[in-house]
Amino acid sequence: MTSPPVAARSWRAPGGASAGSLGRGLGWGLAASVPLVFLGVFFAWPVVSLVFQGFFADDGAGGRVLDLSGFAEVLSQQRTWRVIGQTLAQATVGTALAVLLGLPGAYVLYRCRFPGRTLVRGLVTVPFVLPTVVVGVAFRALFVPGGLLGWAGLEETFVAVVLALVFFNYAVVVRTVGGLWERLDPRAEQAARALGATPWRAFRTVTLPALGPAIASAAAVVFLFCATAFGVVLVLGGLRYGTIETEIWIRTTQFLDLRAAAVLSVLQLVVVTGALLASARARTRRERALHLTSERTSAHPLRVSFASDAVPVGVTLVVVLGLLVLPVAGLVARSFRGPDGAWSLHNYVALGTTGGRNALSVTVWEATANSLRTAAVATVLAVVVGGLVALVASRRPRSPGARRGVGVLDGLFMLPLGVSAVTVGFGFLITLDRPLGLDVDLRTSGLLVPIAQAVVAIPLVVRTMLPVLRAIDPRLREAAAVLGAAPGRVLRTVDGPIGLRSLGLAVGFAFAVSLGEFGATSFLARPDAATLPVVIFRLIGRPGAENYGMALAASVVLAALTATVMMVAERLRGDRPGGEF
Amino acid sequence: MTRSTSRRRAVATSAAVGLLATTLATLLAACAGGEEAGETGTTGSPQAQAGGAVTLVTHDSFAVSDGVLEAFEEASGYTVEQVAPGDAGTLVNQLVLTKDSPLGDVVYGVDNTFASRAIEAGVFEPYQPEDLDPSVAQYATGEYDVDGALTPIDVGDVCMNVDTGWFAESGVPEPTTLEDLTKPEYADLTVVTNPATSSPGLAFLLATIGAFGEDGWQAYWEQLRDNGLKVVDSWEDAYYVDFSGAGEGGQRPIALSYSTSPAFTVTEDGSESTTAALLDTCFRQVEYAGVLAGADNPEGAKALVDFLASPEFQGDIPGQMYMYPADETVEIPAEWQQFAPLATDPFEVPPADVAEHRDEWIEQWTATVIG
Repeated sequence: MTSPPVAARSWRAPGGASAGSLGRGLGWGLAASVPLVFLGVFFAWPVVSLVFQGFFADDGAGGRVLDLSGFAEVLSQQRTWRVIGQTLAQATVGTALAVLLGLPGAYVLYRCRFPGRTLVRGLVTVPFVLPTVVVGVAFRALFVPGGLLGWAGLEETFVAVVLALVFFNYAVVVRTVGGLWERLDPRAEQAARALGATPWRAFRTVTLPALGPAIASAAAVVFLFCATAFGVVLVLGGLRYGTIETEIWIRTTQFLDLRAAAVLSVLQLVVVTGALLASARARTRRERALHLTSERTSAHPLRVSFASDAVPVGVTLVVVLGLLVLPVAGLVARSFRGPDGAWSLHNYVALGTTGGRNALSVTVWEATANSLRTAAVATVLAVVVGGLVALVASRRPRSPGARRGVGVLDGLFMLPLGVSAVTVGFGFLITLDRPLGLDVDLRTSGLLVPIAQAVVAIPLVVRTMLPVLRAIDPRLREAAAVLGAAPGRVLRTVDGPIGLRSLGLAVGFAFAVSLGEFGATSFLARPDAATLPVVIFRLIGRPGAENYGMALAASVVLAALTATVMMVAERLRGDRPGGEF
Repeated sequence: MTRSTSRRRAVATSAAVGLLATTLATLLAACAGGEEAGETGTTGSPQAQAGGAVTLVTHDSFAVSDGVLEAFEEASGYTVEQVAPGDAGTLVNQLVLTKDSPLGDVVYGVDNTFASRAIEAGVFEPYQPEDLDPSVAQYATGEYDVDGALTPIDVGDVCMNVDTGWFAESGVPEPTTLEDLTKPEYADLTVVTNPATSSPGLAFLLATIGAFGEDGWQAYWEQLRDNGLKVVDSWEDAYYVDFSGAGEGGQRPIALSYSTSPAFTVTEDGSESTTAALLDTCFRQVEYAGVLAGADNPEGAKALVDFLASPEFQGDIPGQMYMYPADETVEIPAEWQQFAPLATDPFEVPPADVAEHRDEWIEQWTATVIG
């Protein structure tokens, strides 16, 4: 990572800082080591072990020999290249569309004030956590002949897959970009306007560059989500639109062909690393201290009579109603129909049972309690670990080595979003039997569930907090230090209040991701402590109108929980007067 | 900035790190406490530790009535813990992968399409309860030979299902055989699942291999494909989105499902079902239990296998897992004869052949049907 302009120009404290910087480096090194150990044990070790197993073939005599012939074999297949192309195309188009549609959304929901805004903010995040199996069925029900959108002929098309990806990831862009946008001091843009710039020009030349880091952040996350999307791709696109992720899944869970899976995992890592590097470059080029302000001064009442508000409102309305509400509405409506087709609360009443013909081993409410409990633990883990990463990564050390280290740290914690859940889940199985001398089989103890969820939530915590922390003008910290504040006090008084404001968002995101996580969790499920997504998956896997209705009702409960958590998290944000810069 | 402040900072940071580590540990412990509290509710009192814990590894459809496992725990002194790391296909691969440090003591839910792979990999410690009823033993010998490593627990058929109302209305007779599905009057009416991603899909592919032979099935699938066959990724997708018989707006009246599915679409008065299984299109799935090699508690594992094969558990299978108990001497609910009979003569492919050719068949199928 190259030095951002501000840091390079930054004012230096007088006096030799060599011993001081050594101590400081040590302190930050320690702060970085907690997250690194966490990621190492619960992500890197399992993944690397599984991939290694694919590269070390059994030599027939009890030992193992390195065998890299899988590369030649997999790379010489035409299908592999088709799959790589498909992955890139799908992720690129999905990301571009999500960003393009998400920007107006971020503006409307975070820069304008209107009644019901908090509710809408909560609702747009719902798709993000809906179980893919339910969304897949809901989307497909729209696209099949006879469905609401059957006339469009989108069934099993690239367009259907991309639309579903945007459906899932719209909230990531809206929230990540919105979180920074609402803090952006409007005066720069106002000045540009006063000097005669059109609203579009003022946006393009003043606001957009300032939002750059947040956009790059969001795009990176969305790209990783799109590149590793699994369920929805299979359901909506079929094997014809297979991606690296679906190939890894089939090779691993169905064929146990670890050799090919390992090669594909490496390919996935290459794609993901490339995307992360590109995003980091885009970020650092734009990154600079921003003039942040309180949301109260930056947001203005919605004025639909002005084109500058009407256009984003129009786009957002179309996206929210057409892409988000339509598929979910069908699902919600069906959840309120009893087995005889009449409107009723039958399915919701049934959530207190274990399903038709005992499809489940716990009631849906018990599963909900399990989900909430594990998600709460996962959120704390993710916020603590992710918060530390964001704090460390927000520093701009003077030495190029340390700076590079910070950049690498930042990238490393994004990887859990870019590596297949199957690889992680199977990796857990081969590594975490009584690991590190512990006398507990982590794989089956249930302890691993919140940890697996936290690993996936950490990148989102980092990506939510980092743009805000990085936007703090380093001169503020330096000024505080010069005025005699100890480093701890600088952290507390400068980074603290600003960071806290993004904390609410981060907590909400982490909780939502943990609630909805199904990939790695499904490999660790315990029937007596099943989580909500696991239960939904099981219900929809059984025939009978009752089980199907319950699966949908349970999805609605999951969605409502998520929206509520997000809305409460919004309120938790430290919008206290006095903490403004 | 002076030396002392930076040292203080380092100390402060390392204290913070220590605090964090402690917090993490506490959180994990708290969570563990929660899990264990949940467990004791279902697995009995800690006093019953006489024989220790037995860990049962199953797939995600395992279910048992309240009190049945508890009765076993009380009688034997073992406590049963369950883990369900995935569906039936995934389960076997997980067992193979973890055979050096098994996930538990007993596995239940390995089926005849995956059993051979696991047996060859040495996942099981050979064990069968003594004096198995001949109806049970038939699924462990001959065509279904499992080398004494596994015990058959339940069976079920994967069959094409039809929406009887649709056929009554349209005046077209219901199809009955695999060949019927390729006829013009059934064009664009059938939906099946992908054998690469769904276990009923694999079972149906095996049915066609059993029916048309190792060299004839490809031609059959070409005809199916040309007759407007629809292939989807998963059972729930086929059943709930495409099958008209599920009543969710699907457009196709013929779908791949189970012989027991019609029991889920019985009308309110209980007199008839709106769907039916085509019993001449079936493949039989047999689910086995086995003792895992390297089990921490092999004796407990054997006791649990005995229990799963006992009339007590066998009688609980129909109402809980909607499969047939392997032991035919166990009574079956009367309504099953009416709505969910087993096929009399299902198609068969020996497990050894499946193990040897499965991947190659799936790849051929993909090339033929998906392209």
